This record gives sequence, structure tokens and C-alpha cells, in this order.
Amino acid sequence: MSLWEYANPRRFLGLSERLLPGLSVLSLLLLTAGLIWGFFYSPDDYRMGSTVKIIYLHVPSALMAINGWIMMLVASLVWLIRRHHVSALAAKAAAPVGAVMTVIALITGAIWGQPMWGTWWVWDPRLTSFLILFLFYLGYMALWHAVDDPDKAADLTSMLCLVGSVFALLSRYAVNFWNQGLHQGASLSLDKEEHVADVFYVPLVITIGGFVLLFLALVLLRTGTEIRLRRISVLINRGRMT
Amino acid sequence: MPVLGKYAVTVLSAYGLSLLFLVGLVAWSYLRWRGVKAELQRQEDSQDV
Amino acid sequence: MIALLQRDLRLATRAGGGFGLALVFFLILVLLVPFGVGPDTAVLAKIAPGILWLGALLACLLSLDRLLALDWEDGALELLATSPLPMEAVIALKALAHWLTTGLPLLLVAPVLGLMLNLPGAGYIWLTVSLALGTPTLSMIGCFGAALTVGIKRGGLLLSLLVLPLYVPTLIFGAEVARRGAEGLELATPLLLLVGISCGTIALLPFAAGTVLKMNLR
Repeated sequence: MSLWEYANPRRFLGLSERLLPGLSVLSLLLLTAGLIWGFFYSPDDYRMGSTVKIIYLHVPSALMAINGWIMMLVASLVWLIRRHHVSALAAKAAAPVGAVMTVIALITGAIWGQPMWGTWWVWDPRLTSFLILFLFYLGYMALWHAVDDPDKAADLTSMLCLVGSVFALLSRYAVNFWNQGLHQGASLSLDKEEHVADVFYVPLVITIGGFVLLFLALVLLRTGTEIRLRRISVLINRGRMT
Repeated sequence: MPVLGKYAVTVLSAYGLSLLFLVGLVAWSYLRWRGVKAELQRQEDSQDV
Repeated sequence: MIALLQRDLRLATRAGGGFGLALVFFLILVLLVPFGVGPDTAVLAKIAPGILWLGALLACLLSLDRLLALDWEDGALELLATSPLPMEAVIALKALAHWLTTGLPLLLVAPVLGLMLNLPGAGYIWLTVSLALGTPTLSMIGCFGAALTVGIKRGGLLLSLLVLPLYVPTLIFGAEVARRGAEGLELATPLLLLVGISCGTIALLPFAAGTVLKMNLR
């Protein structure tokens, strides 16, 4: 049962904590560069005015919200198939990060939409899908905390992530079907599909890069915490038995 | 400061809230990491004794 | 297999089984809606399909934690796991029992409640059809959720949190069929999608739920 005896967690801690300082600095650099460029040096949109500047937070956070879940899905599959504890703990660690990204995407989306649509919330397909995604994140985190045995929790949450992913995808299409009547939130579709002018594009890519590295750094950091927490509980149990 | 015009509150609140969440997340993750690392050190020391 | 089904049905319908609760809940909900949104019959007619779908969905949710928890507590699940029946079959039977005692009564009662909410005439048949197609799916998804939370003390609330997001696609298409039916609009697309989701869920979820139960029984 001793998690520590496997080389994997120890090697992971060593490697991740050597990478972290550099990763964090790089992420901070990209974020500051991208946000400052976008905020101070990019023009206003002729339709949306200065609110277009919100894109530099809204799009990257939305991307990370989705990619965070995908990472959890892959990590869950690795756990189910290969039973690498680090993988299970990485999924657990990534969930709050993805959830916060989803919240940021929702808040920036709502704030951006308010002057455009006149209300704080609209049941726009994209926003609604992100709200559903947020609920999936919450359920996942709640299940981790509700189950005592860590391996069982890893098993159950992995299955939830799997089945949840299928239904999240289904929901995406269902919600699009449900509200296709409304304008497609043109102000929100400034993502990779539509080619955005270079003046917006470059700082956006930089900010996206910053967010990706931030996500990575946070997951590495938090997985390290989870590994140590497991080790602590093993030690406590061992202390009790002697 | 760029001319935010009539959307100043909108843009600034979006930026403000987002950065608040990001900083909060980073701070929480880091503090937790530090606390758990110290706790593990304590547990290992007390068991080595 | 039939014996197992009969046992579950008997358990659900005996005195302490909570059989009528879902129906009563459905009725109470429909009673509360006009208090919440006002008695304007035009408004009620418009929202009737959605309210009825929501009511059926929530009533379904109510009886889910009993689905597996009782058998878990008295060890019957462990026995079932060692029986020659594959876990997927056990799950499917439990979902079927749940539907027979919850979903089916709900969809039979729904038209009557539709009267109270001023459901337009054309809506009755499509409400019933959509519920008939959708409630088995709700039972199956609920079974999956119940399998996840079976070992958790007071897992009822967590069960709802896990299951409700999974209900979204079924609800969207089911309610859409009911709504379009009531307004006399073309509804082939949502109907087909509802059927697709139902078939996919009923065919595949038992395997996922069976795996989850085995994880819990380890």
C-alpha cells in the first residue's frame, strides 16, 4: 500500500519541483506581456468599443476550462488502465484549477455581454455550456471529498469523469440545439475559428500561452501537495499501528 | 491609460475580478503546498526519532 | 433474473417502500407552480410541457438513493455480485424496476396534471411519448449515479449534484418534443435525438454502472 515506495511519486516530486520556478516565471512573463500589450496597446473594436479588451481574459480562461477537463479525462484513463497514483492525484489537483478557469470565463463572459445584450446573463449556448461544465467540475470535486478510501475515490471519480465527458459533449450539442434561435453571441465568437485581426491576435496568443503555463504550474504544484498529503496519512496510520 | 470611455467600469471590473480569482488561486495553492510540505517534514522527523 | 426483478418491485411497492411518494411529489410540484408564477392560464399553457418534464425528472430523482442503498446496507449487493448474473444485468434490472415504479406511473399521471396546467390539446400525446422515451433514460442515469454514491453516508444530496447535470441532454430534447408537440410544430429532430440518447444510455451505462459498483464492493 505504501505509495512512497513507488519510484514514481518521488521522481515526480523531484522533477516537478525543479521545473516549477522556471515555469512560474515564464508563465508570469507571458501573462504580463500579453495582458499589458492587449490592455494598453491594442485598439478598440468598432462594434464593441473597449470591451473587446476582455477577450484577453475570457478566451484563455475558457480554453483552459475545457482543456483542464480534457486533461482530467486523460489522467483518469491513465489511472483506470495503468493505475499510476500520480495520474489520479494529478486529476484531483487539476479540478479546482479548471473550475476557477470556468468561473473566470463565466464572469468575464457575463460582464462582456452586459453592455452588448443589456442583461447580466443570457442563456447563450456558450455561456450555458460553461455553466454546465462548472457543475460537472463541482460534482467531480465533491465526489473526491465524499469517499474516504483514496484508491476507491480515484476509481469512482475517474468513472464519473469518463461518463461525465460523454454527457458534457452531448449537453454542448443539446444546448446549441436548444438556443440556436438567439444570435450566436457574435461578440463571443472571436475565437480561433474566426480569423481575428493581427492586432488582437498576437497578444491573445501570448496570453493564452501564459494561461497554459499557469495551468501547468498550478497542476504540478497541487499534485505535489496531494502526493505529500497521501504520504502524511500513510505515516500517521503507520504511527498508529506501532 | 487607454481611453476606455463608457465601458471603463465594464472592462476594469472584468479585469479586476479575473485577476482576483487568479491571484487567489495561486496564493491558495502555494500556501497549501507550503503547509503540507512542512507537515510532512514534521511527520517524517517525528517518526525517525 | 425475473425473480430479481420481482423482488425489487415488491420491495418498492410495499408499505415502507415509498412507492407513491414520487407521484405525490409530482402532484405537489404542479400545485405549487401556479402559486409561483401566477394563475394566468396563457402563461401556464406555455410552460406546462417544461414544468411537467421537470416535475417528472425531479420526482425520479427522489427515489434514486433507495435504489441501491438498501441492498448495499444489508449485504445483498455483495451476494448479487457473486451470483452468475453479470453486474450489468443486475444494474439494468434495478433500473427497470425503478422505471416501473417511478417513471411509468409518472408518465401515466402527467396528462392528468397537464389538465391542471392548461396543456394545449395537441400536447398530451407528445408529452406522454417524450416522457415514455425519456424516463427510462432518467432511471438508467440515476442508477449510475446511485452506484457512484452507494457507499457514501447521506449521499442523497451528492447524488442529485452528480445526476442533474447528466440529465440535461435528456431534459432538453424531451421537453422540446413536448413543447413543439403542444404548439403543433415539427418535432422530428428532437424526437430522434431523444431516442438516440435513450438507446445509447440504456445500452452502455449498465456497463459503466456495473464497473462502478464493483469498484465500490472491493
